[in-house]
Amino acid sequence: MLRVQFEAAGAQVVDTPLLQPAGTLLDLYGEDIRARAYVTTDALRGEQMLRPDFTVPVVEAHMRHGAEPARYTYSGEVFRRQELDPDRPNEYLQVGYEVFERKDAAAADAEVFALFALQVRGLPLRAATGDIGILMAAVLGLNTTEKRKAALMRHIWRPRRFRALLDRFAGRASVPENRKKLLETEGDLTGSAVELGKRRAAEVQARVDALREDAKAPPIAEKELLALEALMAVRETVPYAAEQMRDIAVDLPQINLALDRLDERTAAMKARGVDVETLDFEASYGRTSMEYYDGFVFGFYAEARPDLPPIASGGRYDALTRRLGDGEEIPAVGGVLRPDLMLELEEVRA
Amino acid sequence: MSLKLGVPSKGRLMEKTIDWFAKRGVTLSRTGSDREYAGAVEGVSNMELVLLSAGEIPRELAAGRIHLGVTGTDLVQEKLPRFEQQVESLAELGFGHADLILAVPQFWIDVDTLDDLDAVASAFRTEHGHRLRIATKYHRLVREFLTDAGVADYKLVDSQGATEGTVKNETAEMVADITSTGETLRANHLKLLADGLVLKSQATLWRSRVAKYGAYEKAALNTLLDLLEHRN
Repeated sequence: MLRVQFEAAGAQVVDTPLLQPAGTLLDLYGEDIRARAYVTTDALRGEQMLRPDFTVPVVEAHMRHGAEPARYTYSGEVFRRQELDPDRPNEYLQVGYEVFERKDAAAADAEVFALFALQVRGLPLRAATGDIGILMAAVLGLNTTEKRKAALMRHIWRPRRFRALLDRFAGRASVPENRKKLLETEGDLTGSAVELGKRRAAEVQARVDALREDAKAPPIAEKELLALEALMAVRETVPYAAEQMRDIAVDLPQINLALDRLDERTAAMKARGVDVETLDFEASYGRTSMEYYDGFVFGFYAEARPDLPPIASGGRYDALTRRLGDGEEIPAVGGVLRPDLMLELEEVRA
Repeated sequence: MSLKLGVPSKGRLMEKTIDWFAKRGVTLSRTGSDREYAGAVEGVSNMELVLLSAGEIPRELAAGRIHLGVTGTDLVQEKLPRFEQQVESLAELGFGHADLILAVPQFWIDVDTLDDLDAVASAFRTEHGHRLRIATKYHRLVREFLTDAGVADYKLVDSQGATEGTVKNETAEMVADITSTGETLRANHLKLLADGLVLKSQATLWRSRVAKYGAYEKAALNTLLDLLEHRN
């Protein structure tokens, strides 16, 4: 029934295999995915994972033989290994909707959000939205070395490591004695320790050189840092958030383009009947979820049930299509919802 | 029915456990031949000794097949999700000290902390086309620790023994392993990361929260607890 509504919106039904090659998922998510997905093996195909979500296989299928633009919907089981919480299901239904569209990203974002809002209408849910693109623009425009920016970009989705990097690049972190000595010495460091393992002495030397070079670069300016921190802390309704971020953009002008896109999206959402005046916006929203969202992000939460994961969630993942597309890419946005949780909430109300 | 106590079936851990209980007035002994994995308990009536491998004890406690068990904190935390709900620590026995640590080759003079490790993992992947491999048998503990610290681009490879040798053999770039003194590490030209202590472990007496306790088991447990308290 939920899928039919997505079909009515013009989506084509797709099905993907339950078993996914583990290599692709491990490349994308790293070792963390092993804590969340079931892994199995055979002698022919090697490691396989019971699909932890649909997005990756749907993107792959589209990149292989999809027409453009395309809208897909699917419903099926996903499997999540549970190592910590025995109360969370390890197998559940997901219904999803994905849009691959080159024209008018704002309209596609608004279309996806409005459709999901329609599907969960009547349930006591709070919607949260965000935009990882704004934070990424802020980092890319920092007045510092390319290496530092690359390091920060790599950890946008790991707030704790991001914080640690930022402190180091701003000169706030104390430098341990060992490191001071290393940085103050000059020339090649042969040392007395035995060279051992696949990481060679040349790689160690290259990093030492990089560390020395980085030590010479000036720290990220206080003004930029404070503006970035203020940006990460923005948590308001959409109109107020937009206003606050324009103020912050006085010190971080690199986010202005991303803010223009936010304005366009807000207008497109309004045109679709979304009440943007009361809609929440959090600049750091989506940073701890799967690391492929790189623009608009959203989630619907049961306010009275903080123990539940989002009932519906999604976002824009342009970079994912680039990584899976073998040189090709296409802007994409989509989301999934959880029929089991919707039913649970409806039963409570009835 | 009786209160079942699981104790490691061999080695120093078994001997020290027997000594520890003896000092508290409880005599544990094997019945019959050395090969038999059951034993007798004197000092507490309705208590039974079950000899098991240290690695099996967490699971047996969680399944409720034994009421009490002696094993390391490391094994309990690695094998039992939400271990606090399944077992309760009654006493730390003061031996079997072991730390689960992260260690890298000594000649990595550019690596002292997790922050360095993360940067090196990224560069290593670019250079070699695969993620930096960490040899360990403690997959869950190490993964949780590194996820929490926000370290990326590593891969855990399984090693059930001689883990320190994996770096020399180039089947891993570094290790996460148990060490008590660090000597084995130094002998293998490895060093600790300053903030790479995953877990401090020692032999601990655990009580299963899921096992069934009838009148006899309760009485035996109370007698034992009195003896332990008296001594401490």
